Amino acid sequence: MAAISRDEVANLARLARITMSDAELDHLAGEMDVILGAVARVQEVAGADVPATSHPLAVNNVSREDVVTPSLTPAETLSGAPASEDQRFKVPQILGEE
Amino acid sequence: MSIRDNAWAMAHALEKKEISAVELANQHYEQIASVDKDVHAFLYLDKEGALSQAKEVDKKRAAGEKLSPLAGVPLALKDVMTQKGVPTTCGSKMLEGWRPPYDSTVVTKLKSAGIVILGKTNMDEFAMGSSTENSAFGPTHNPWDLTRIPGGSGGGSSASLAAFEAPLAIGTDTGGSIRQPAAVTGTVGVKPTYGGVSRYGLVAFSSSLDQAGPCARTVLDAALLHQVIAGFDPKDSTSINRAVPDVVAAAKKKDIKGMKIGVVKQLAGDGYQKGVENKFKEAVAELVKLGAEIIEVSCPNFEYALAAYYLIAPSECSSNLARFDSMRFGLRIGDDGVKGAEEVMNLTRQAGFGREVKRRIILGTYALSSGYYDAYYGSAQKVRTLIKRDFDAAFEKCDVLISPTAPTTAFKIGEKSNDPLAMYLNDIATIPVNMAGIGGMSLPCGLAEEDNLPVGFQIMSPAMKDDRMYLVGGALEAALLSKWGKPILDFAPKLAGSK
Amino acid sequence: MSLNYDQAIEKYEPTLGLEVHVELNTKSKMFCGCATEFGAQPNTQTCPVCLGLPGALPVVNKKAIESSILIGLALNCSIAPFSRFARKNYFYPDMPKNFQTSQYDEPICVNGFLDVEIEADDGVKSFRIEIERVHMEEDTGKSLHVGGSTGRIHGAEYSLLDYNRAGIPLVEIVTKIVPNTGKYAPQVARAYVAALRDILRSLNVSDVKMEQGSLRCDVNLSLSKIGSGKLGTRSETKNVNSLRSVERAATGEVIRQANRLETGERIVQETRHFLEESGQTRPGRSKEQAEDYRYFPEPDLVPVAPDAKWIEELRKTLPEKPAERRKRLQTAWSVPDKEMAAMVNAELLDTVEETVKLGADPTKARSWWLGEVSRVANDRGVLPTELISVKDIAQVIALITSGELTDKLARQVVEGVIAGEGSPSDVISKRGLKVVSDDSALMKAIEDAITAQPDTAERVRGGNIPAAGALIGAVMKATGGQADAAKVRELLLKHLGQ
Repeated sequence: MAAISRDEVANLARLARITMSDAELDHLAGEMDVILGAVARVQEVAGADVPATSHPLAVNNVSREDVVTPSLTPAETLSGAPASEDQRFKVPQILGEE
Repeated sequence: MSIRDNAWAMAHALEKKEISAVELANQHYEQIASVDKDVHAFLYLDKEGALSQAKEVDKKRAAGEKLSPLAGVPLALKDVMTQKGVPTTCGSKMLEGWRPPYDSTVVTKLKSAGIVILGKTNMDEFAMGSSTENSAFGPTHNPWDLTRIPGGSGGGSSASLAAFEAPLAIGTDTGGSIRQPAAVTGTVGVKPTYGGVSRYGLVAFSSSLDQAGPCARTVLDAALLHQVIAGFDPKDSTSINRAVPDVVAAAKKKDIKGMKIGVVKQLAGDGYQKGVENKFKEAVAELVKLGAEIIEVSCPNFEYALAAYYLIAPSECSSNLARFDSMRFGLRIGDDGVKGAEEVMNLTRQAGFGREVKRRIILGTYALSSGYYDAYYGSAQKVRTLIKRDFDAAFEKCDVLISPTAPTTAFKIGEKSNDPLAMYLNDIATIPVNMAGIGGMSLPCGLAEEDNLPVGFQIMSPAMKDDRMYLVGGALEAALLSKWGKPILDFAPKLAGSK
Repeated sequence: MSLNYDQAIEKYEPTLGLEVHVELNTKSKMFCGCATEFGAQPNTQTCPVCLGLPGALPVVNKKAIESSILIGLALNCSIAPFSRFARKNYFYPDMPKNFQTSQYDEPICVNGFLDVEIEADDGVKSFRIEIERVHMEEDTGKSLHVGGSTGRIHGAEYSLLDYNRAGIPLVEIVTKIVPNTGKYAPQVARAYVAALRDILRSLNVSDVKMEQGSLRCDVNLSLSKIGSGKLGTRSETKNVNSLRSVERAATGEVIRQANRLETGERIVQETRHFLEESGQTRPGRSKEQAEDYRYFPEPDLVPVAPDAKWIEELRKTLPEKPAERRKRLQTAWSVPDKEMAAMVNAELLDTVEETVKLGADPTKARSWWLGEVSRVANDRGVLPTELISVKDIAQVIALITSGELTDKLARQVVEGVIAGEGSPSDVISKRGLKVVSDDSALMKAIEDAITAQPDTAERVRGGNIPAAGALIGAVMKATGGQADAAKVRELLLKHLGQ
């Protein structure tokens, strides 16, 4: 089984939005190799004829009626915000926008 | 009445007005003040909220109002459940100081029942771990031996019970996080059937595996707590829309004559400590004495359960933890007015998540990524089907299945923290239960001869038949109590400062 | 030398694809009970679920499922007996969970079609647009960017987020690729969105206001050299906020891509933004690497398996298809194709129908709305219905029919109503526009005219009927145009023995 490269881990870290140092990436690549080596065995029994289970209990069609229920107050909504302004969440600039 | 009593005895004392809820709460806070500097089961003590709730209960009782059976009994809440206005950290720097604006359904039910929530307990960060060493706020120490782990991820809850800091606790179990800590601390822990207890307000780790459940020092106490927290919740689409089985009656029944009990062949042997297996076998002998029939069953696909779990859980968690991005709540690092949102996200997640969490996020991201999905996540979901089939076949022949809860007793703090795979093996016997969504219980079955540390006995019941594990558990507990002459916790060394 | 549209279309064959997002008009959000009112104060319609707070869980809005099925049925789709929600994972501050709960490989509706008609050079041409899928998902929050957009002022730029819109139900409708539209590609694109909008409006599942964002369109377009048989690389243009923009965006992309291909440059598969002012598109945010959405089945939601009986019940509630309705009205009103198309394109079909419902003659209704009222409306850049009401036009037409107004007088009445002078009755009385139909008053004017033009009157008496015109004209002048010319003629001729 091909070893997972540092570049691959770097790409995963980018997808997961986590900054990692080169040392951390290398270390993780090594750990990934070991873990993936151990978990890859699921392929041994996962035949084409075996259906996947997404939910432990087979239930369909759970829904709710289209009625309005009370929302949080703006104060409650913003209570955890690291920063806010004009009753909105204040976040660092989102690059690439018009 | 002492804090070493079980919750049911405390409930009676409260009912008879031998003690008030406020006094009971304060007694527990005193115990916490004495021992928690060593045990470190708690991350936060909500004295104001708890005593206010206790006063309320006392007032209602004085007025002659009919109260729930457990009204006024104290409880420790795993810090993964939201409680409005109370810090909820999930053992992570990411949520340090976060006070949710809403209660989880479990907390709503606890409050309705008049149960007094003393505080929030320590845990492996975001419920990922088997030792509570992954907490960002320092580990919890096993009351049996403070140099040892109390299990994880819910080590704080179980330790609080074993240290008599609370008679009841709530834990959550994704791969064994209630049962394994119960096993290594000599307490009782139950993972209900998936969907049995609402996940609304349970900070998600692995959505298709997570379940909240009752922790206590006796099977009956766990049953009483189970009754309070279980039930349909319209806010949780995966919640079971049926009546809760009568687990309290089952716990009291103590008659298992003629029951067919299956021993799972694969959950034994290599990797299992000799003392653990011996205590398990002795407990099985007790079951035979009680009139049960022991059958050996084979569940060959259980060999793949651990591998499948360590693909499904990280995959779901990589998605569940994406919301921790510093924008709306929680930690924010690096916002100097120049850096863009993406960079601040990256820096915050780097600083806010610990190593195990990052490891699983990366693993999960990989398992779901384009080109790898079928081989990893997709295959793991198929293994899930196979495990379910093994259970279905076994339950055709047996009423419940049994195994040791964990392969070893409590290991030393630091012993396995540098070897992820070795750590993951702690869950080898508990994971299949979560994969199939059925019920699982751990109760103490003795002390291992090598180290005199508690061994856990696991009972597994079919989906939506949780009463069966309480039936067998209650019966076994009574038999063992009779055999030992006193509760197992009475064999534990006294904690310094403890009453 | 750069190619224009006609030149481009001579050498290249366009292939279209259209993705339309519809915001449903449910009272509550897709996965929680927060209200969906447009224009509410920021963050007043939010809760743990739509904020994506730790521990929150979604529960599906049943009405949203119903609306999605209705849309699928109206588009001739098959309704999936079993469909699932999936997580589409990517990070963006307006997405509280940093994944969108959507549908992936098991959408609720598949394989439908919509027939559209356009005005081609040689008459009306019909195109069948095949629908790939219809699926359910949720909308994002809204971000406001604050700070200098030109020049970087240190520390001045940041964004403000309002999550009221987060979690509002969206339905995404995706077409299969649309080949063989040739030079009509932009018109076909526009006609498709217009027809889709009509259907959605008739189903009452959305208020489909493109300007408010409840109907959003992405135009995908690729070019291939005519005869090459190979499909080109497509671009995806977003931010297309009106029907006209859909057409312009397609046109603009044909020109842009053709010119690139002419110079040997490749087309980059990218997202572009449509610029209203210029009609051009510009590249969107450049991404070094493609985003991998890592779709997997949503574990917090169970599958949707709509009962066949329920689907049939919903099918029965489908309103008449807009195309069928048009055909029905065209026949009922005897409208020629070209005039019918003009009415539809001017979006006045509903207005005319409402006028007819109030008793007006269809031809007159059509002629008033598309004629006089549209003329003024276009001059002023407003909608015809903003100038005058259906009730008023119907009333005017009724007065013409009863003879109380002539066409000429009616025009003045309409002018007066548009000017804000009140209802038609108000204008008539204020301006004194009633037809002079009082015979005695008319007779007086007729006698005066005869007196003034005795020779002409004599000629008429002698059988020269056309000569009466001069006398009629004199009477009309004397009555300020308020006489019914036909009546005048009748009375005059009678009086002169003819």
